[in-house]
Amino acid sequence: MQLAREELEQAYRQMKTIREFEDHLHREIAKGTIGGFTHLYGGQEAIAVGVCENLRDTDYITSTHRGHGHCIAKGCDVNGMMKELYGRADGLCKGKGGSMHVADMDVGMLGANGIVGGGPPLATGAALAAKLDGKGGVALSFGGDGSCNQGPVFESMNIAAILNLPSIYVYENNRYSEHTGASYVIASESIASRVEGFGIHTVKANGFDFFEVHEVMKELIAKCREGNGPCAVEFETTRFYGHFEGDPQNYRGPDEVKNDRENNDCVKIFRSKVTEAGLLSDEDLDKIDNEVINLIETSAEEAAAAPAPSPEEVTTDVYVSY
Amino acid sequence: MAKMSYREALTETLHQEMANDENVIVMGEDVVGGTGSAGGPEAIGGVFGVTGGLFGKFGAERVIDMPISEAGIAGTAAGAALAGKRPVAEIMFSDFIGLCMDQLMNQAAKFRYMFGGKATCPMVLRTTYGAGMQAASQHSQSPHPMVTAIPGLKVAMPSTAADAKGLLTTAIRDDDPVIFFEHKTLYGLQGDVPEGDYLVPFGKARIVSEGNDCTLVATGRMVSFCEDAANALSADGITCDIIDPRTTSPLDEDAILDSVEKTGRLIVVDETPPRCSFAADVAALAASEVFSSLKAPIKTVTGPHSPVPFAKELETAFLPSPVKIKTVIEQTVNFS
Repeated sequence: MQLAREELEQAYRQMKTIREFEDHLHREIAKGTIGGFTHLYGGQEAIAVGVCENLRDTDYITSTHRGHGHCIAKGCDVNGMMKELYGRADGLCKGKGGSMHVADMDVGMLGANGIVGGGPPLATGAALAAKLDGKGGVALSFGGDGSCNQGPVFESMNIAAILNLPSIYVYENNRYSEHTGASYVIASESIASRVEGFGIHTVKANGFDFFEVHEVMKELIAKCREGNGPCAVEFETTRFYGHFEGDPQNYRGPDEVKNDRENNDCVKIFRSKVTEAGLLSDEDLDKIDNEVINLIETSAEEAAAAPAPSPEEVTTDVYVSY
Repeated sequence: MAKMSYREALTETLHQEMANDENVIVMGEDVVGGTGSAGGPEAIGGVFGVTGGLFGKFGAERVIDMPISEAGIAGTAAGAALAGKRPVAEIMFSDFIGLCMDQLMNQAAKFRYMFGGKATCPMVLRTTYGAGMQAASQHSQSPHPMVTAIPGLKVAMPSTAADAKGLLTTAIRDDDPVIFFEHKTLYGLQGDVPEGDYLVPFGKARIVSEGNDCTLVATGRMVSFCEDAANALSADGITCDIIDPRTTSPLDEDAILDSVEKTGRLIVVDETPPRCSFAADVAALAASEVFSSLKAPIKTVTGPHSPVPFAKELETAFLPSPVKIKTVIEQTVNFS
């Protein structure tokens, strides 16, 4: 753990913000306050944050239908996101995108994505742009275990390999492709072993541990910036919620989520690691907890009270000019 | 003006735009041709020769041979465009658009809207289309209605060498994603092409000829079929407005409707099957907007509801022809 105190606080604040953001949505969706299809990231926070703490605003990421965590970790404004989720006029995407399409070009966040496997081809293109710009930028796609079965994802990794692009393919294996077991739908021994077949340097790592994620990504991203071509990671992780909000999750083991919440909670693991090592105290962390809870509460209150878009907005932003 | 072919006009435009703007990059299958083979790069410069000479002038970083991976090509172009480049991607035959439809209809077309107007995706997807070369069912289609129906995409279909240059220049400089259809039987078509910078605006139809008795609307190769049909009738005193919309999205509705109000008759010619087609769309537009001007039922001349066949006789039976168009003009003008 070679991170400075501010870096540790920042990492914890980001993880906790994602956790509270998602827990809030879980409660509100159950009440019917928020419409649409929502897929929560709770349980996987160490990956989004461990990855993005190694990226710059000028680096690009693409995300997934389970994208809130990636957005927050990459620096999207939480208030703007909350308003977007509530479908408000001054949401990050003017209420036109919603949960599955949160994006912010200013921080290199090229969009959550409603299509499984939609992001890796885009990250490959952004990596091509970064390579042409020649400033050491990288592009990284987040994807779940499900996305590794999409043909365009294969095509993209092959293209990145032959063109030696600065692209990074992160696979978050939370054991379920929607509701179907990843071990069933993935024929190869692992996602990592499959990706290696494209001639891409690939590692497997523990996604429950922020420090392992951070360490692995630090090295891979640095190599990528130096022009060593694409790389990939398969992280083991879990999701605390269903595929979508409302999912009865009857396909999961009786104590599976309970067990994960007790033993594999990345936020708890982070806490115990930093307190045991004497890097941060419980008081330090509680203070951050309170700040985050406040932020989410205020942001939700503001979002609930914010105005809806006007109906005329339905036809704006389709084109730059038409 | 310079005399050149439709193909040469496209090639010249790519050279000019790559020289004008270093963000313009070209990618696709065999666009260099020969990368990684014994003959060395630039063996062919595209199967139809449009991208010839680009690699030699602009190099491997900006002129990129891609694997046979249409979804990967379209996605790479869309991602590069989101990140500030102006990619011109080639899909060798528009029949292969099916392989990359997600990246077109769910990604490139929708970024700007989904992201609240804060993203641009200035990519061009060049592709060949059309029957007439006995290329059969998977290399002869005209899928422009499919992409015209997708909000967020623009669709250009040049019918002359001059428009090939003017529309491609506009497409590359446009900040929205453009699907650019090149008719494969028109590559050898000669024409006068303006020199230097030449832009043809999108959504502004070309009035190919002016007449009084009937309005003909057609794009691409069908424009010359309409001209042949109309010319064959001029001796009988029948004259036609022929309108080439140039872009099916945006569509110059005014040019079409003004003409129909003048002539009172409309025939739309397109080489696709008829259901949910461009022809049906234009016919519906006129029926709903200028119904009271009509002196005869609106007619469409299209392919049948079938795939494009291989045998010469069958392919001819599939396609509209000047003779078929002439017959329909006569029926329409003589309707009572």
